[in-house]
Amino acid sequence: MLIGTLAGVYSGLFGVGGGAVMVPLLILWRGMDPRAAAATSLAAIIVIAAAGAATHAAYGNVHWDAAAMVAAPAVFGAVLGTALQQRVRREWVSIGLAVLLIVGAVDLLRGAFA
Amino acid sequence: MSSAVLATSIDHPTLLVVAGFLAGVLGGLVGIGGGILAVPALVYAAGLGQREAIATSLAAIVPMSIVGTYRQHRYGNVKVREGLTVGVLGIAGAAAGATLADLLPDRLLRLGFGLLMLLIAAQLLHGVRKARVAEAGARTG
Repeated sequence: MLIGTLAGVYSGLFGVGGGAVMVPLLILWRGMDPRAAAATSLAAIIVIAAAGAATHAAYGNVHWDAAAMVAAPAVFGAVLGTALQQRVRREWVSIGLAVLLIVGAVDLLRGAFA
Repeated sequence: MSSAVLATSIDHPTLLVVAGFLAGVLGGLVGIGGGILAVPALVYAAGLGQREAIATSLAAIVPMSIVGTYRQHRYGNVKVREGLTVGVLGIAGAAAGATLADLLPDRLLRLGFGLLMLLIAAQLLHGVRKARVAEAGARTG
């Protein structure tokens, strides 16, 4: 329960999908396998991003041409990424995620002290 | 009100495509949406404001996450019920986050979430290390 709320708060605050908070908490608190956590987080992101995009679209904030230019290659990337994920060891999913979190945290903290 | 804003002056289309692709790879590999990459790319390459970049990034993430989830489902990795629960709660959380952003100073929020993410990263790495030690123990023992 708390995982979804925390991810949503993070998403609402910083305008991202919230996966960076969801995946590690699914691993740490729900004891999920890293692959299952990443997959389950993507499912949750469909719901969160669609709701966020719909709200923003109602205010006319979505630039559809730019969205399409990001979305089309992203779909191919996702197919490649999921295929790749089945081939790497589970622990590398966790390590990759930890590195991303550290980069994200440093960026946030830099913003806090800028 | 116009829900279809077009005619953006996109200065660096290649950069947008590359950022989109990388966001998709990250989504598939570690299960994040990729907004971390897409938002700054949209600001820089398409000249969007922060709010428009966030809105556009969210829209772009939807098809990627649908296809990614479908592929993951075929690999048998998706816990559908938990995903939906977390997603629906996430919407409520997002509303709470927007309110919180209004109440608390930006600096405090960045500090709080920055530290939280560092803590989570440390716990993840600790978990990996523990698993490795256990594995090594099982091999020698």
